Order: sequence, then structure tokens, then C-alpha cells
Amino acid sequence: MKKFILDLVVVENEFINGSHFILKMTHNKPLPLMQPGQFVEIQIPHSTTSFLRRPISIHYVDTSKNQVWFLLQIKGEGTQLLSQSKVGDILNCILPLGNGFSVPAQFKRFSPLLVGGGVGTAPLLFLGAELKKIGIQPVFLLGARDQDSVLQLNRFNKLGTTYVTTEDGSFGEKGYVINHSVLIDSTFDMIYTCGPKAMMVAVASYAKKNRINCEVSLENHMACGVGACLCCVEPTKEGNLCVCKEGPVFNIEKLSWQI
Amino acid sequence: MANLEINIGELKLKNPVMTASGTFGYGLEFSDFVNLERIGGIIVKGTTIHKREGNDYPRMAETPSGMLNAVGLQNKGVIHFVNEIYPTIKDINTNMIVNVSGSTIPEYIQTAEIINELTKIPAIELNISCPNVKHGGMAFGVLPEMAYSVVHEVRKVYKKTLIVKLSPNVTDIASIARSVQDAGADSISLINTLLGMAIDAESRKPLLSTVTGGLSGAAVKPIALRMVWQVAQAVDIPVIGLGGIMNWRDAVEFILAGASAIQVGTANFIDPAITGKIVDGLDDYLDRHNFTSIHDIIGLLNCD
Repeated sequence: MKKFILDLVVVENEFINGSHFILKMTHNKPLPLMQPGQFVEIQIPHSTTSFLRRPISIHYVDTSKNQVWFLLQIKGEGTQLLSQSKVGDILNCILPLGNGFSVPAQFKRFSPLLVGGGVGTAPLLFLGAELKKIGIQPVFLLGARDQDSVLQLNRFNKLGTTYVTTEDGSFGEKGYVINHSVLIDSTFDMIYTCGPKAMMVAVASYAKKNRINCEVSLENHMACGVGACLCCVEPTKEGNLCVCKEGPVFNIEKLSWQI
Repeated sequence: MANLEINIGELKLKNPVMTASGTFGYGLEFSDFVNLERIGGIIVKGTTIHKREGNDYPRMAETPSGMLNAVGLQNKGVIHFVNEIYPTIKDINTNMIVNVSGSTIPEYIQTAEIINELTKIPAIELNISCPNVKHGGMAFGVLPEMAYSVVHEVRKVYKKTLIVKLSPNVTDIASIARSVQDAGADSISLINTLLGMAIDAESRKPLLSTVTGGLSGAAVKPIALRMVWQVAQAVDIPVIGLGGIMNWRDAVEFILAGASAIQVGTANFIDPAITGKIVDGLDDYLDRHNFTSIHDIIGLLNCD
């Protein structure tokens, strides 16, 4: 897919709790085609120390409004500066980057589970929406620290059944996603997951034991975003591969994870 | 429109803007963003005789106005380059130059011999300055005698333009540069990255798997500029300047300091289209100051 460097305009900066916000962006021309699981590299404006672009996954694409959404967590100076974005601000973005989740072209029955943890739920909204468009019913399983940290529950609920775990038990089932009762005797034939590495390893391990096809979206630290610098590598059965170019979505069969 | 053409040995550049090894892949990664044929030369990823997996992740840490990397020359080896990469890049209408690295002198020689046979590769850049490998690499670039040996041996087998890339992690850059010139290099490029490190205070751990890595980006520019200026005065062969060049103005500064050409590295990560903008900026600078050729400003720094 052709990649573009575009000045996107902030349409809305929606805070969903104290540390998470959604940037809704548009462009004066139609946005390029994007796939769930792909990401953009956003340049941090007016920063003296945030030197590299920030790789941010595509949270949602609203083609009717020509909008792309990014779900971000304030972690360091870069995301702090992005959180201060105002309507009308311009952010220079490179997009779309990487390879998205694979969706079957033909299916008789396809029952996917989309498992997200924390801000890693970001690409799953877009993925769920795209699956639904082609007649696939997504089921979501979202993990968070506590009730306040459950991200975008209403929007996920609109797309499909959404199960939740919280570490403190303040909402949904208590524990981690991997402990959720929906995973007992499940009939899913695909798991897509994105979130903290430990969570994805646990989910991948579950999928492997239960012989369920599984794709994970990795977020290794990146510099270039286009496969040139070889910084964001992940060990795979084919050697070290760039997450930015060969990923960020990988089938677990390809990775060298001990699962 | 000033004349931007410049020769480095027998290498003819349509303009002095090149891309630094390891920051521009094989060029193709950037073809959506910049017309590759507008770039004077593209120096592709460091290539070694055997396949290398590089260092463990994490290999990169952002630092103020710069970044540390510890990639460790990950590449699939020179045979893979010849069979799989070369056919895809050989017809790009610019100078495709291969950065050659090794752990031993025979490895440098073997790789250079193989690249010598590729008709569409007009030059190599001998990397005697990689700080991220355990054996060889920078070890060849920090002692004048070692630098002389490796360049001298490669010179015997490599018939086209031989550029040697120097490490800044030395006490006397001019003496290394003179050794490399004496050994038969056609040109010197500098600087490679500066050895540095970064620590996560919270976890009390280093941010790189290798603990130390190479610093690049805007943060290193003053050091690079100083070393290019020193080397340009110490040798007669053309110098290619790099280190923290982020825009055309930085490029002009390196040329004023004595560089005949420049390389753009880390800036490609911030703006993948920057090389084209630097070509335009140089042209505009020459016009504004009524210079007709890039030659007019090489080493034009006025220290009086």
C-alpha cells in the first residue's frame, strides 16, 4: 500500500479519563485506505526533546466523515504534548504503515474473539467494525486495571458482545483477560489480540493449547516506521523481523515466543 | 539553478546529498516519499560476508534531540545482497553505494571483492567504525595502524571508488584520516555514531540490550562539524560530512567546513522526504548568495 506524509487536522480531542484521549483527525482530501492493525507515525509538534515520531495504531476510521481516530495514553512527553492538541491543530502523519490483521476472504462460519488490554484495545474497535461490515460477528474481551480504565466500552458494545475483566474486580470479572469465563469451553476459531506483552503471551499460549488461530499486534519501540533502521525487531522463526514493516500484526506461529 | 554536481574519486554525484547507511534501507523503503533519482547517492545498509542477526531487542532509545541505536549490522549477507537486493535497485538512476563491514580483514576483503563485480555499484563505503559489534567494526577505526591495514588490503582488491567511514570515538581524528588516505582511500566519510548510553532510572536498567550504543541525530552535529573541519584540513581527498544533518542549512554548514558531499541519516526517520528538501535548499542557498557551483563553497568557512 502506498504510504503518504499528510498534515492531518484535529477535529476533536476527546478525553475519556484522566490519562486516555481520542484524537479525531481529518484531511482536506480523502484519507488513504487503511486496514485494521495498521498504524501511523505522528510527528510531535513544538517539542525540543521528543525527536522521533510516535507510532500510534489506528483506532477507528469513519469514512463518511473522512476521519481517522487515534486512542492514546499519556505516557511520556510526546503523548503529553499530543494530549494538548486543540481543534484545528495540524499533526504531520505518515500513513498507513505496517500490515493489518488478516480477515478471511471467504467463510461459512467465522467466530472471532478480539482480546485487548489497556490502550492496546485501540486497533480492535476498527477491526471489530470492519468485521461487522462483512457479516462477521465480533466478540470482545477487554482487560483493564479498574472500572475507570475500561476504554471505549460503549463503542465496543455497539459492535458486539463485550466481556470485561478488571484487576481489582470493580467492573466485569475480577482478574486478567486470560482468567475470564468466556474462555472456558469457547468455540472461537480466531483470536486477535493487542495489549501488554505479558497479556498477549498468555492469550497466545491459550490459543495454541486450544488450537485456535491467533494474531497478535506488537508495539516494539520504533524509529523509522518503514523497515529501514532495523530497531524494532522481534525474533521470529525467520530471524529478527521489523515490527514496523513485517508486522505489527503477526501470526503466533511465526514468532519465537515460548508458548 | 546552480551547478550541484560533484565528483568523489571517480564517482559522479548529480548533487552532494547522500543518505547514510542504515537509515535509508535499500532506498526502496522511501520511494513513496521522495524521488530517489533526485538524491546524489544512496548508501545501503551495512553488508557483511555472512548473515548477521544483529543485537537483541531493545536496540533503540530516544535521547534529547537524538537517538541511540545498537542494531549491530543486521543483514542477510553479501550473497543475499547480490542475488536478491541488487537486481531490485541496480536500475535506480542514482549512485547505489554499499556499506561494507566485517569482523576480520579477510571478511572485509571478501565482501569488497564480491561487490567489485557488480557493475551498477560504483563505490563502497568501508565501515571501520561500527560501535555495535563485538568483533571488528570500530576496532579497525580507532588505531591509525589498524585503519591503514584494512584499507590497504581492501584497496588491493577493490577497483572503484573507495570511501572509508570513520569513527568519532577517537582522540585524534586527523591522524586516522591521514592513515586512511595513505592506505589508498578515495574519500573519507565521517562521523559514524558516538558511543553513548541511556538508563531507565525506575527499573535501574540500561535502555539498550547491549548497554552502550551509537548516538546520532541533531545532538551530535557540533561534534561532527568539528571533526569534518579538522579532517578536511588534514587530508587532500574529498571528505563526506555527516552527523546530525537535519535540514539544508546544516548541510551548508558541513560543506563550508570542508565537506565535498554530505549524508543524511537520522533525519530520514523524522521526515522521510527530507533529502529532496535538502537538495532544493542547497540550490536555493547557492542562488541567493550568487554562487554558480557547489564547488564555490567547499571549505569556504571564514575563521578570520
